[in-house]
Amino acid sequence: MTTQTAQAAQTGKDGQPLLSVQDLKIRIKMDNGTMHAVDGVDFVIKRGQTLGLVGESGCGKSLTSRAIIGINPKECETTGKVVYDDESDSNLDLLSLDPKGKRIRSIRGRKIAMIFQEPMTAFSPMYTIGNQIVEAIRTHRTKNKKEAKKIALEMLGKVGISDQEKRFDQYPHEFSGGMRQRAMISMALSCNPELLIADEPTTALDVTIQAQVLELMQALQREFGMAILLVTHDLGIIAEMCDEVAVMYLGKIVEQAPVKELFYNPKHPYTKGLMKSMPRLGGEKSVRLESIEGSVPMPIDMPPMCGFYDRCKDRIEGVCNAKAVPTTYISDQHTVRCFLYTDRQEGEPS
Amino acid sequence: MLQYSIKRILMAIPVVVFISFIVFYIIQLPPGDYVSSYSAQMTAAGEVMTQEDMDQMRANLGLDRPVYEQYAIWIKKIVLHGDFGFSFNYNKPVLDVVKQYMGLTLVVSLVTMAFQYLVAIPIGIYTAVKQYSAGDYFFSGISFLGMATPNFLLAIILMYLSYTWFGDPLLGLFSNEYVNAPWSMAKLMDLLKHLVIPVIVIGLASTADLIRVMRGQMLDELNKPNVVTARSKGLSETKILFKYPTRAALNPIVSTFGWSLSSIFTGSTITAIVLNLPIQGPVMYKALLGQDMYLAGSWLLFMALLTVLGTLISDILLAWLDPKIRTEFRGN
Amino acid sequence: MRTIPVFRRTRTQTAKSAAAKDIQISSQWRLIYLKFKRHKLARISMYVLGFLYLVALFAQFIAPYGLQSYDSKYVNASPMTIRFVDSEGKFHLRPFVYELKSARDPETMRKIFVADPEKRYSLQFFVKGEEYKFLGMFSTTRHLFGVEEPGRLFLLGTDAMGRDMFSRIVLGSQISLSIPLVGVGISFVLGLIIGGISGYFGGWIDSIIQRIIEIIRSFPTLPLWMALSAAIPPRIPIVTMYLYIVIIFAFIGWTDLARVVRGKFISLKNEDYVVAAKIAGVGNTKIIVKHLLPGFLSYLVVATTLAIPNMILGETAMSFLGLGIRSPATSWGVLLQEAQKIENVALYPWKLIPLAFVVLTVLAYNFLGDGLRDAADPYKK
Repeated sequence: MTTQTAQAAQTGKDGQPLLSVQDLKIRIKMDNGTMHAVDGVDFVIKRGQTLGLVGESGCGKSLTSRAIIGINPKECETTGKVVYDDESDSNLDLLSLDPKGKRIRSIRGRKIAMIFQEPMTAFSPMYTIGNQIVEAIRTHRTKNKKEAKKIALEMLGKVGISDQEKRFDQYPHEFSGGMRQRAMISMALSCNPELLIADEPTTALDVTIQAQVLELMQALQREFGMAILLVTHDLGIIAEMCDEVAVMYLGKIVEQAPVKELFYNPKHPYTKGLMKSMPRLGGEKSVRLESIEGSVPMPIDMPPMCGFYDRCKDRIEGVCNAKAVPTTYISDQHTVRCFLYTDRQEGEPS
Repeated sequence: MLQYSIKRILMAIPVVVFISFIVFYIIQLPPGDYVSSYSAQMTAAGEVMTQEDMDQMRANLGLDRPVYEQYAIWIKKIVLHGDFGFSFNYNKPVLDVVKQYMGLTLVVSLVTMAFQYLVAIPIGIYTAVKQYSAGDYFFSGISFLGMATPNFLLAIILMYLSYTWFGDPLLGLFSNEYVNAPWSMAKLMDLLKHLVIPVIVIGLASTADLIRVMRGQMLDELNKPNVVTARSKGLSETKILFKYPTRAALNPIVSTFGWSLSSIFTGSTITAIVLNLPIQGPVMYKALLGQDMYLAGSWLLFMALLTVLGTLISDILLAWLDPKIRTEFRGN
Repeated sequence: MRTIPVFRRTRTQTAKSAAAKDIQISSQWRLIYLKFKRHKLARISMYVLGFLYLVALFAQFIAPYGLQSYDSKYVNASPMTIRFVDSEGKFHLRPFVYELKSARDPETMRKIFVADPEKRYSLQFFVKGEEYKFLGMFSTTRHLFGVEEPGRLFLLGTDAMGRDMFSRIVLGSQISLSIPLVGVGISFVLGLIIGGISGYFGGWIDSIIQRIIEIIRSFPTLPLWMALSAAIPPRIPIVTMYLYIVIIFAFIGWTDLARVVRGKFISLKNEDYVVAAKIAGVGNTKIIVKHLLPGFLSYLVVATTLAIPNMILGETAMSFLGLGIRSPATSWGVLLQEAQKIENVALYPWKLIPLAFVVLTVLAYNFLGDGLRDAADPYKK
């Protein structure tokens, strides 16, 4: 087995767009209306880079991440484009593929892999960890059982699980929480994907374990040269792991910037609120943590206006609740959706 | 795993003992006893028995002792000698009568059980996956009807249909020419032909129930995160379906094995009476009516014991299928 | 501190306010009622059952003939047709039937009955017939409908003794519809008490009760019923016989309900709100009644409703075998005894009609139970 070393760096494509999400919308019909769970989301993930998708529960980030490989339930009506730079087709729109068809299945697990929040339920309790890892390998890499097992054992070692032979034959309930998450990572990476989608990978873990898992992910990212889409609500993780960040609220991206820029120069009132609600090392002891008043409403049958209007301290009546908010470029890498900034040129980098 | 099994078996023993108490008590309940119904028969035939005759008969048969003594004697004979008593009606030891009919009883029961599971599981999977489709409604409809119709009447309807369409009402388990014939391929085919109606009739209600349970379980499992994970790995839908939700849904189904046997005995009793099948139902029925208490009691005992055995097996099977219990004693 | 109204509710309330508002502030029972109303099949079943029980209540009034009446002239007669137009093409406002006269079937040479267009009997309402006690209160001879003597009205044919099937079905419904209810009622109480004790107190009480339940359930139901029924003495008053039969069914039926109750008790016992009550010093009974019971009463109701069909089928089976209801009382199961012989069914198919009623009732209860279960499930949409 050849370890595919930093594939992106090798081909010199590091930093080139790998996945481009364009105007992604997901609608769900409910009893009392149509919910616009994801309402026009655009972002680009570059090879070898980590993009963070941050937002509160219910903002649509999980649905977005799952829409990329088409594993949302059938109640979700998805429109838009997800352009993937595949070896055979650099402009492959993943959304145009049949969700049950062979083409998307050849990408799932192989080119784009996913890890989930709760490893206990993500694994089936009926089969051993080894069985479930080998399953992925045999689907994409080799049908030979012995070879697949060898690869699986190697992967288990790479994620820091000792005693791999024994662990291979154990069931998920025999692993600790942190180890299960590692096992899930090893399963996702077993076929050397180009993109890893991590949906709240550390939310269910203890803080100390969190740090270990994050370190592991970074190390593996360097080794495999893959991109990561990190979905989370934890700004601390974003700060540590990501190159770029997109902030989501009510199905829309309200601000997007490189990580340092976002933390030191947040523009959107929501982002600002989030920053202020985080405790910071080195801050004064007596600074109160601020919270954003109100709670996230449900985006059902929303009229065209800024979704954050009700909770925004800086809202402008008559403007912010009158029409849809356009995207403004603060710089060529920093965008924001807010009427407070639209006196700059709209829709164009300044 | 082994520990669990042994524990389970040990717990079953007092159950068995109690069952024997209850069985014996029940067969004592009917007013009068074999002697009185025998003498009533004789009177009807023209011969009257004197009180002395009856007392003598009672003494001979041991029916004049107190109840608990009779029970103790009964149990002692069973455990020590394998002697289940004497059947007054058949004029043979009970064990002989039981042996005569037990074979076919087990054949019918096991075939029905196999039918139930082999039919219910695929249909359950299908109706869960294709929820709200025409097929789903169709099977639901049949299930409901099947559960609502008393099986013995269904038997009559099916017999009638078989008679109208095929000219043969398929009464009993064998056609006349094969009843006493030695076993052969032809006799086997004949038996299978005759088994169609009884198996459908006896099994229909439980099959319908099983379909609903399987469907419910599948619906639960189909929405679980581990299915999403499997999909994200790029597996095909068919592969996912049969590897993950089906396997998980199977567990509760397996736990119904024991009670399934019990319900088959229930269903088969009355069906057999109507269809005139040479299995336990009619035998027990006649025994009860004729106060042939040892025969009735022994049959009841056997059925209860078989049920306990069935439950035991399904409990152990369930434990074996659940990885959490199976690995309980593995060092971590 | 400014209060900020939550965004969505003000907007959607105008559009779909009524239904939405209802759901937001209703009590548990009202929620169940609302959800139930949406389940069409369950609603229809409820009306059907209501109708059947109404008929059963007024059975003696509705049935043209009593249980004892028979007419050996009209043995195994087929159902009569109610007509409005006679053989000459004349239309009569009042429906009528023709008298039956015996004849021979030209093909099989069997004795059958054909309608005699010469003799017409009009259907009368509130006609005078046999005497009976209305609702067990006062004697009267008025029946809902019938024909004047010497005419006969056999809406659903007659049986081998010349007894009117329609009347017997209607009268039999009293037993067939009430035994399951009473039986299940007793089972319910027994199951609630025993299951509750078992679940709430746990420990060795629970173990023993569980073993007892297991023992009872090890017996195949029908053989057990048969054995117990064989113990009923032959010539006893109807009421006593009824009671015995009900007790026999209830005796075996309570185990299922007890298990449901116990399961719920166990799962609810450890809920935080119960632990809180215990810590606060609330007595056991009060905890059971006020805190635990409301949590699963709806499940109990569902389990009970779904237990009824089993009893109906059981009673029918027992009576069919001659081990249940015996004459002079009758039930649908007894009526079906004549359908035991396949020749009977082939020649006189109307004898299977009670089967249709059994199936109808069982289906209705099943749908009703299903509807209630869906309605009571707090996690269903």
